Amino acid sequence: MDDLSRFKQTYFDESAELLAVAEAGLLRLAPGEIDMDEVNAIFRAVHSIKGGGGAFGFAGLVAFAHEFETVMDGVRNAEIPITTGLVDTLIRANDVLARMLSHAADGTEAPEGTTDDTVAALRRFLGKAEAVPGQPEPAPEPAATLHPDDEDDEAGIFGDALAAIQAARDDQGPSATPAADAVPDGKIRWTVVFRPKAELLLSGNEPTYMLRALRRLGEAEIVCHLDRLPSLRDLDAELLHLSWTVTLLAGPEVDRARIDDVFEFVADDCDIRISAEAPPPAVIPAIPPGAGPPALQNAAPAPGADLQDKAVPPPPATPAATTSGAAGPGKAADGARRGNGGDHAGPTSHTIRVDLDKIDRLVNMVGEMVITQAMIAEHVRDLPPGQFQELLEGLESLAQHTRELRENVMSIRAQPVSSVFSRMPRLVRECAAATGKEVMLVTSGETTEVDKTVVENLVDPLTHMIRNSIDHGLEGPEERERTGKPRAGTVHLSAAHRSGRIVIEVTDDGRGINRAKVLSKAIEKGLVQPGSSLSDEEIDNLIFLPGFSTADQVSNLSGRGVGMDVVRRNISSLGGRIGVYSAPGEGSRFVLSLPLTLAVLDGMVISVGDERFVLPLTNIVESLRPKPADLHGLVNKCDVMMARGEYVRLVHLHRLFGIPKAIDDATRGLVVLVETEDGSRLGLVVDEVLGQQQVVIKSLEANFRRLDGVAAATILGDGRVALILDVAGLREMSRHGAAPATGIPTTAIPLAAPADRSDQRQRQTV
Amino acid sequence: MEPSVKKKVMTVDDSRTMRDMVSFTLRGAGYEVVEAADGQQAMNAIATTKVDLVITDLNMPNMDGLTLIRRLRAIPAHRTLPILMLTTEADEKKKAEGRTAGATGWIVKPFNPDKLVSVVQKVCG
Repeated sequence: MDDLSRFKQTYFDESAELLAVAEAGLLRLAPGEIDMDEVNAIFRAVHSIKGGGGAFGFAGLVAFAHEFETVMDGVRNAEIPITTGLVDTLIRANDVLARMLSHAADGTEAPEGTTDDTVAALRRFLGKAEAVPGQPEPAPEPAATLHPDDEDDEAGIFGDALAAIQAARDDQGPSATPAADAVPDGKIRWTVVFRPKAELLLSGNEPTYMLRALRRLGEAEIVCHLDRLPSLRDLDAELLHLSWTVTLLAGPEVDRARIDDVFEFVADDCDIRISAEAPPPAVIPAIPPGAGPPALQNAAPAPGADLQDKAVPPPPATPAATTSGAAGPGKAADGARRGNGGDHAGPTSHTIRVDLDKIDRLVNMVGEMVITQAMIAEHVRDLPPGQFQELLEGLESLAQHTRELRENVMSIRAQPVSSVFSRMPRLVRECAAATGKEVMLVTSGETTEVDKTVVENLVDPLTHMIRNSIDHGLEGPEERERTGKPRAGTVHLSAAHRSGRIVIEVTDDGRGINRAKVLSKAIEKGLVQPGSSLSDEEIDNLIFLPGFSTADQVSNLSGRGVGMDVVRRNISSLGGRIGVYSAPGEGSRFVLSLPLTLAVLDGMVISVGDERFVLPLTNIVESLRPKPADLHGLVNKCDVMMARGEYVRLVHLHRLFGIPKAIDDATRGLVVLVETEDGSRLGLVVDEVLGQQQVVIKSLEANFRRLDGVAAATILGDGRVALILDVAGLREMSRHGAAPATGIPTTAIPLAAPADRSDQRQRQTV
Repeated sequence: MEPSVKKKVMTVDDSRTMRDMVSFTLRGAGYEVVEAADGQQAMNAIATTKVDLVITDLNMPNMDGLTLIRRLRAIPAHRTLPILMLTTEADEKKKAEGRTAGATGWIVKPFNPDKLVSVVQKVCG
């Protein structure tokens, strides 16, 4: 079994998928309308978990899965009606199964009684079902599965076959054994008369192989009887007309069970007689005591003993017998292992599991390659035109291949959002139950693919948003009826690709945001000045303010407050944005826009003095060149600018980062208007906007250290390190005064620091 | 062992773990193994690949094991193809059903690798 332990991880991975399948199916189970495909899928999921669990000896898990499966079987056979209570119990059972699996994965024992309640609940449904005739007896099976090592206990498992063999043996008349020489010491001579029925071949059984199997047990002499052979004209090639007598001289380790085993599948279709002959008793002590397995006593009957006397089934094979039996296959295994590498994987192996680290390394390498390629491209640009046509063409196709390679490598990490969406039905169900509302969840675009890290990070925000939609957005059924809406509210979760990003929307048809209440709450909380006039949109966006989420308030009145600031923080940490659109009485729509991957960023490269920075495109509103009249200096050196009718704080990047030789006068440089996650705006004063570019994100913390106002770093085409600015961080810095903070990178030093390579590059290009 | 004489076994199971384990065990014993995730896939694959033995699970989506056995037996070329059922239950009813459908024999899950190999040897050499 040790060899098979390597499949444990596959088993746990697969089980996790199966649990999700079962859960999704269970959530769709509704009283009345039985979808057999669904029910079968759930049954199979539990069944597979049980089957694999048995292979690894997870007894508790298997026993529990069996209870679960038995109830599912009852549902499948329409013996157990689907009720809300049943579905709830089954969902709970699925949870317990998940817990058992995680204990198994950790190698820990599930606490005593983990399954008790659920088993009792499951059995209650069975109790009802058992009244129905024809319900299979559920109880005895676990015993067989609980002890995988006991499977050679064929008296239990192969009872029917053995009974048949037993019967055949009981019928046995005087044996046809040819009176032979004395049996050698320590050996037993078995005589097997094997007369298969003519139809044996039609079950795919092949007597040749059985004879071969007998021969593997010892020294065999095989006699074929042709007495039933018809004339050629009457011969039907698909029928079997032969029979055999095998005289087998075998060691004491070969017991009756081993011989019966050979005919395991055909006992019903054959007339088999087996008899044994051992050397005179005096010889038996010659076998060293304890050397033979205990079963030997039964396997080596006294001389001339008639096996018919023994009405008991053959004893279970002992471990020793099993081990010796492995000798044959073991040899074959040696031979096979050599040729193993070339084995064809088979028609279904269209996917492989790969360690995520390997893919991360691959993504990283491709990132490096993209940078190198950009670097070469930059150098080539300086070459005299027309002289290096072939080089240029080669580089062009290299650029294209690099781009394709990057997209393909990124797509390896891509996962459909269904892995997140599939968790939501359950959440909806729970929220609906908790709030007493009727909710219908509609999902679309589940197959939309996005980077694994993005998918993983979507779970929390979506959970928050859907919970809020149900808790605060949707009205209760009565209220909905009063306003002419269907009793059940609808929450629509959708995903789609839009211009290189993924857009996820959560829409509900509830009451919409109660702006009056949100506003009054915001004023009460001091988030908004009393008397300020805000647009509807601005009011809606108040729900993202941190102050809105602090416990007690808004939530049960009107608000969408709970955790929305956290949601926005999560989303923005993924380089995404969130927006809300609401119409009173009609519902609300939350729109998330996220990058497809966290490894590459769409950025705008800007220059400040000799330095280059990258601004995430999502933060940028516009860039403009202010007129002197738009600028207003303030006492604490913090300038503001009038842009689109509102005052925006100006941040001179060169002052913040202490960069010499940069443009200080905003009217001569450019102001890039950026927006932070909370909607507040800043004007960044820069020398020049160099252009939009996808950049490979390099962690600054991993390679250097964290810097205020900087999210990460990247390497530009010319090999220079550029910092990717963190707009929220810049705002924080600018709030604390315009004086250059200490520890801020001064030109080349930190820029050169992240990697040795970049250092070299910098020298190259200077 | 020369590849040309390697026997080819098809394992049909919707559980990847089970397929992996069967494949691993049989490859280790010198068999070539092809996999199918359900009866339908098995039928499709068998149309183009000659196999010496089929080991099939009973509960599977799209086409279950019993149906697979019946379908295969209905094809003249596969009338005597050895087909083993891989069952979780030692359920006599299921075994009898399998036999009626034309199964050659059965293996009880969870299987012991040695036992699996010896059963396979017994039906396809």
